[in-house]
Amino acid sequence: MQIIENGTVYDVIIVGSGAGGGMATKILADAGFKVAVVEAGPFFDPADPKTMTQLKWPYESPRRGANTDRAFGEWDMSWGDWEVEGEPYTHAEGTNFMWWRSRMLGGRTNHWGRISLRFGPKDFKGKTRDGYGEDWPIGYEDIKPYYDKLDKLIGVFGTKEGLENDPDGFFLPPPKPRLHELFYINGARKTGIPVIPSRMSMLTKRINKDRGVCFYCGQCSRSCSVYADFSAGSCLIFPAQKNGGQVDLFVNCMVREVTTNEEGKATGVSYIHKEDRKEYKLKGKVVVLAASACSSARILLNSKSKQHPNGLGNSSDLVGRYLLDSTGASAAGFIPGLMNRKVTYNEDGVGGMHVYSPWWGDNSKLDFPRGYHIEVWGGMRQPNYGFGFNVNDFNRFFGLKVGGYGDRLREDVKKYYGSVIGFGGRGEGIARKENYCEIDPTTVDRYGIPVLRFNYKWSDLEIKQAKHMQDTFEELIHNMGGHLLGEKPGKDQQYGLLAPGQIIHEVGTTRMGDDPKTSVTNKYQQLHDVDNVFITDAGPFVSQADKNCTWTILALSWRASDYIIEQLKQLNI
Amino acid sequence: MDRRKSIQTILLGAGASAAAFYGCTMGSEAPEIPALEKTNFFGRTPEELERLEKLNAEQLFDAHEMETIGVLSTVILPPRAPHGGPIEAEVPEFIEFMGKDIPELELTLLGGLMWLDHKCNTEFGTEFKSATLEQQQAICDQICWHNPDVPLEEQALEIQFFVLMRNLVVCGYYTSKVGIADLGYKGNMPNIWNGVPQDVLDQHGVAYDPEWIAKCVDQSKRNIAAEWDEDGNLLT
Repeated sequence: MQIIENGTVYDVIIVGSGAGGGMATKILADAGFKVAVVEAGPFFDPADPKTMTQLKWPYESPRRGANTDRAFGEWDMSWGDWEVEGEPYTHAEGTNFMWWRSRMLGGRTNHWGRISLRFGPKDFKGKTRDGYGEDWPIGYEDIKPYYDKLDKLIGVFGTKEGLENDPDGFFLPPPKPRLHELFYINGARKTGIPVIPSRMSMLTKRINKDRGVCFYCGQCSRSCSVYADFSAGSCLIFPAQKNGGQVDLFVNCMVREVTTNEEGKATGVSYIHKEDRKEYKLKGKVVVLAASACSSARILLNSKSKQHPNGLGNSSDLVGRYLLDSTGASAAGFIPGLMNRKVTYNEDGVGGMHVYSPWWGDNSKLDFPRGYHIEVWGGMRQPNYGFGFNVNDFNRFFGLKVGGYGDRLREDVKKYYGSVIGFGGRGEGIARKENYCEIDPTTVDRYGIPVLRFNYKWSDLEIKQAKHMQDTFEELIHNMGGHLLGEKPGKDQQYGLLAPGQIIHEVGTTRMGDDPKTSVTNKYQQLHDVDNVFITDAGPFVSQADKNCTWTILALSWRASDYIIEQLKQLNI
Repeated sequence: MDRRKSIQTILLGAGASAAAFYGCTMGSEAPEIPALEKTNFFGRTPEELERLEKLNAEQLFDAHEMETIGVLSTVILPPRAPHGGPIEAEVPEFIEFMGKDIPELELTLLGGLMWLDHKCNTEFGTEFKSATLEQQQAICDQICWHNPDVPLEEQALEIQFFVLMRNLVVCGYYTSKVGIADLGYKGNMPNIWNGVPQDVLDQHGVAYDPEWIAKCVDQSKRNIAAEWDEDGNLLT
């Protein structure tokens, strides 16, 4: 079958339409460049009533929201989850990595938690700080101007706290805490754990006329139909188009490789159109990969040529290496003080927490490096599949029998409604060369493209961090006068440390650095080996932080895009 | 009443009480209401719709089994005015769907229903659905108390069956329109969050920290575009 070539030569071809691709699209299109955005999934607009799940009721579905079709429940706005039909990935024996892929315009930004934390000064200098991992070739001062612009462009609520490693920004005002969050604040303060208003990208206040203001349905994971939360489609790509930008969207197009010429420079990409299963070529002066850290690594490794026999940008043999996800562990508690709640009011609030705890620990007194933040959930939430299971299980805390039937079950449901509080610890592991993804030579996807094989194991450092999380959660629940639910996971279960990948913060794989022997891109996310290919997803991250990665992906993508503009104008690339 | 109108009606009600509570006029600051379109597929993708249609075309329970599920459901959670019970909540249909959607449930459900009739026939000479309420309760009384300290899968099938049925009945009811009304859940509606009402704070013995609240959103200014000074202080 012949490869079908498109005659247009784009200034920039952007692969992927999530945080990194969306931001590059916005900045480069606004600068007047002709841009192609190639997305492996279909078109998606949160405002389209046909696909919208926001404000649906559980009884509109025969499975009442159960997660049979979508891993996070059927209202979750992600097409694709740990598995994507026809697009497998494999594991080296004895290792694990769970890989979430959202195949749709905007990618995972359509359902993410919107927790929008800046990395702090210490987060860029991990090795200097404690000897583990590597320092970034940039520091907080390099990225700060972009975080500032980002806050204003997209909107994030929060408060100025003056914390050293949790820098303040240009915040919208936060929502007031809910009832269970007041219990959390009191419980945490007893132990000296700081609690501050959360920092999330929902509009509690108007920022422009194109986006609505939050109406507090608590359903950001369903993607907001009035664009009051950040998704890459609604907040970056659509505005770029509306602004008169030359943006051609290629949806349902799965990039196979970056094409190169005799000099080894990129000439564009080749992709498979999922509908007709034919292979096409797009030509561009610059290629920006933003397909997700692992997908971009896959494309590079699959882009083998005479000039790049080891894959594109892989002379260092480091593409795919230093793959890193946040650490995660969870616990939940039953809080008798939250029983017998009045249901006279709507406390859905914004999607997710109104308060959180940034990392507070002193590592010189701890047996692990780096830290974690605590996310909090609870409240009188919308009943969905699973609601009412083990309805009076908490009777055992009062010496009452568990089980039974009859009219009293109604009282049990109401007595315990909203009395559970849960915690998620999200922390920083250490990036290691030994944790990586590579091409599995034995497996292809349904488009004939070789797939990734993961090799990832946590070390003792991350396991010790998870133990600290569990001990902290237990203490918090105790401080709130509550009871820990379930068995506290012990050493045999790695203290409940979730599987690598499960926090959906994949970073690394094409890390940045000044030395082409020990890094894949330079500090502007430009491949050392090929000057017209850039990576603007989380691949260039040298390390994680005790923060979520999205705000930093966005800021760095903006910074890299500014550099691309400059280089194109100077005819350097 | 169409969906959009109903949301507006409820919203006006909610807005009115919020304004009364906070003693300010919030009429001009009403949240925007997304355009909701009546659809029959709750945002499904074509692939998901296809799977739904396939499941809907399958039959897991025969008429007798569906009737038995209906009867057992109302023993577990008797109807109560004004919000009805499992039948009004379409719990039997929900249970059948879940038995197909999650195939691991199938054996426990089918086997448990057979056990129920066998037990009732043995003790009372009648199948469960035709027995008197006293007889049905006599059967349920024998299986409704599981041991919470032993993993459920290590307990007898009929015990597992009853736990599963109770879970599905309570869940099915409280995720239905009538059940949500019974619960009193007020969410899933556009509204303006302005904190926990004072009587609720008092009931639970907590209070807002004035310093914290001072930093929170002033909902009367939510529609005024944000502007900051160069140090990030919000000016509007």
